Amino acid sequence: MKIPFSYSLRNLWTRRLTTALTIAGMALVVFVFAAILMLAEGLQKTLVDTGSYDNVVVIRKAAGSEVQSGVERLQASIVETQPEIAIGQNGKPLLAKELVVLIMLPKRGSDKPSNVVIRGISESSMTLRPQVKLIEGRMPRRGSLEIIAGQSIAKRFKGGGIGETLRFGMRDWTVVGIFDAGNTGYASEIWGDVDQLMQAFRRPVYSSVIFKLRDSSEFEKIKERIETDPRLTLEALRETRYYEKQSEMMAKFLRILGMTLTIIFSLGAIIGAMITMYASVANRTGEIGTMRAIGFQRRSILTAFIIESLLLGFIGGFIGLFFASFLQLFTISTMNFQTFSELAFSFTLTLDITYKALLFSLIMGFVGGVLPAIRASRMNIVDALWAS
Amino acid sequence: MHILKLIFKNAFRHKLRTFLTVLGVTIAILAFGLLRTVISAWYAGVNASSASRLVTRNSISLIFPLPLSYQEKIRQIQGVKTVSYGNWFGGIYIDEKNFFANYAVEPKTYLELYPEIVIPPDQKAAFFRERKGAVAGIKLAAKYGWKIGDLITLKGTIFPGNWDFVLRGIYKGRDETVDETAFVFHWNYLNETLKQTIPRRADQVGWYMIGVSNPNLAADVAVRIDKAFKNSLAETLTETEKSFQLSFISMTEAIVIAIQLVSFVIIFIIMAVVANTMAMTARERIGEYAVFKTLGFSGFHISGLIFGESIFVTMLGAALGIFLTFPVAKIFSQELSTYFPVFNVATETIYMDIAASLLVALVAGIFPSWRAINIRIADGLRRIG
Repeated sequence: MKIPFSYSLRNLWTRRLTTALTIAGMALVVFVFAAILMLAEGLQKTLVDTGSYDNVVVIRKAAGSEVQSGVERLQASIVETQPEIAIGQNGKPLLAKELVVLIMLPKRGSDKPSNVVIRGISESSMTLRPQVKLIEGRMPRRGSLEIIAGQSIAKRFKGGGIGETLRFGMRDWTVVGIFDAGNTGYASEIWGDVDQLMQAFRRPVYSSVIFKLRDSSEFEKIKERIETDPRLTLEALRETRYYEKQSEMMAKFLRILGMTLTIIFSLGAIIGAMITMYASVANRTGEIGTMRAIGFQRRSILTAFIIESLLLGFIGGFIGLFFASFLQLFTISTMNFQTFSELAFSFTLTLDITYKALLFSLIMGFVGGVLPAIRASRMNIVDALWAS
Repeated sequence: MHILKLIFKNAFRHKLRTFLTVLGVTIAILAFGLLRTVISAWYAGVNASSASRLVTRNSISLIFPLPLSYQEKIRQIQGVKTVSYGNWFGGIYIDEKNFFANYAVEPKTYLELYPEIVIPPDQKAAFFRERKGAVAGIKLAAKYGWKIGDLITLKGTIFPGNWDFVLRGIYKGRDETVDETAFVFHWNYLNETLKQTIPRRADQVGWYMIGVSNPNLAADVAVRIDKAFKNSLAETLTETEKSFQLSFISMTEAIVIAIQLVSFVIIFIIMAVVANTMAMTARERIGEYAVFKTLGFSGFHISGLIFGESIFVTMLGAALGIFLTFPVAKIFSQELSTYFPVFNVATETIYMDIAASLLVALVAGIFPSWRAINIRIADGLRRIG
């Protein structure tokens, strides 16, 4: 015969303080667990959204990132003539020769300097990145000292708002537009005319060449051709792969930190659950004896205690997730170790994370409760009744 | 004396529960100590830097170089004693995973400016003599099994090509705050090669390191240097080495804050666990407390018993945790040397461990002792666990 579910529920209610403390411990652990998963997911999402699969980034061999790379004008022109490049509506190849450098800008409020990516763009740069949309103002005119700023820059950096000016490269640059780039890395960038910026920074070379493939399957072919051409010392990468590589170190760091913390924290919470469940078994020795005496089986008692402990875990997990979901309102901005530039990403809650967190909390409850439950089910009827 | 004995006996009445609680506290204090150590490792570069050194770099950002010709101009500025310069090389050893700091410097002035880098005299002389010579930190050399005279090839990321070096020296840090995982070589080797391959990038340095004659006037010297290059093609930004390092850390501030928050969360978790143990203990003994009261002991005595037990159990766990922090930190420093070249457990960390565990013990004792004090004797005697 089964012991009713309400028995387990009521037991938790009877020992309110203990239950609340155990649940609080569990909730904190699940909160941290979910927060770390959400952070990793946010980083991943930012990267996936930033790159597009059909775009190819060409940088100097072994440079690793656009900032470190240099592509000579002649080399860029050779890349431009490849037949695999898609043709745009105006009949020109969908290809942009870009300059990417870092500049130091002070943040609004705190005045702390941070490295910001500034990108010199060509005509096709916008078309190549459909996720970037101008939301305010206009595009910079070619050949003028005008720039547009990503939303995240406009909000957080001094002189980044529309109509304001930034000074670098011995010139004053006016912000004439703000662009929205959603969750992508471009949101933390400033864009301006490539030729003007090259002059200002006295860099006679491009940083990268970006183009769209005519046919996605031709990537291997063009990669092979570019990388074996003796005139070019360049390498070609799919844009998605390129951005993934950019934050491998950050992702690995988050992973190591997350795993270590989760393991340590869950040990703490499991111990908490175990203490609670052992106590609740010990306090109810007489009760257990009575139940056995009136005919409940060992298995039913085992189940009742495990259910009690699973309930602890589930409620803790639910509360932890509830609070973790508010983290979605926050955006983390930090320096990417690999590129030395700003990288902003937000906590992202997905259904998958919800399942994982709840499963995790149930596992914690189970592991914490299984030993005490076995002890309860193994009690000898006579001894147990004697104890009370 | 009797009260201590009672506390001790009480603590071990439920051996399993006490064992689990102590284990929980041990794990929590260990984790707390490690997280605090991660934070201090983050600031290791700042602690190792000296206030009497200045760093001059391009005011646009670190990726823009400064002309070599600035060296003489800086030397002429009042208050400047030594001028050295270097470039971040960013070379890769075999695979991207094997990351370590490597830069090209002007060796003589560099070693003069950084007395904390200790190289045996014969190795130093050999390093100065050979243009392809390089010096590596003792930890780095141990990691890859390098010996003096070994040929090391780095793949350039900023400066294209494969670069060969001969290991001529292995340095040690003067004390444990010094990064022993760096790789340093002749700036001239880099420059002479660039003159042949990419002439437009030759004769340019990443940053100047400046020793000042009087550290108290470092700020004035910095202003003077920046003023000298105002409105030139490459304007400079000069700051003390400390604030230079701090500016890097402030960019990763979000991560530091997150780790700090998490380290407090673990204290809250363990607080819940210990408070739970104490609450259960007190509930079971409420009858005993009533007996104590009947015998004439005051509420003060009873709460002393509860707090005493709470502190005893927590401190036992904390002591174990602190004891374990050192060997575990050792393992961590080997595994994570890529991220944290310097990973030492600071004395302040131990104090914080003790403070945190005391806090946990006290908070855990509050509620049970409040209940024990306030319960009426008759109620206490009537109650069954």
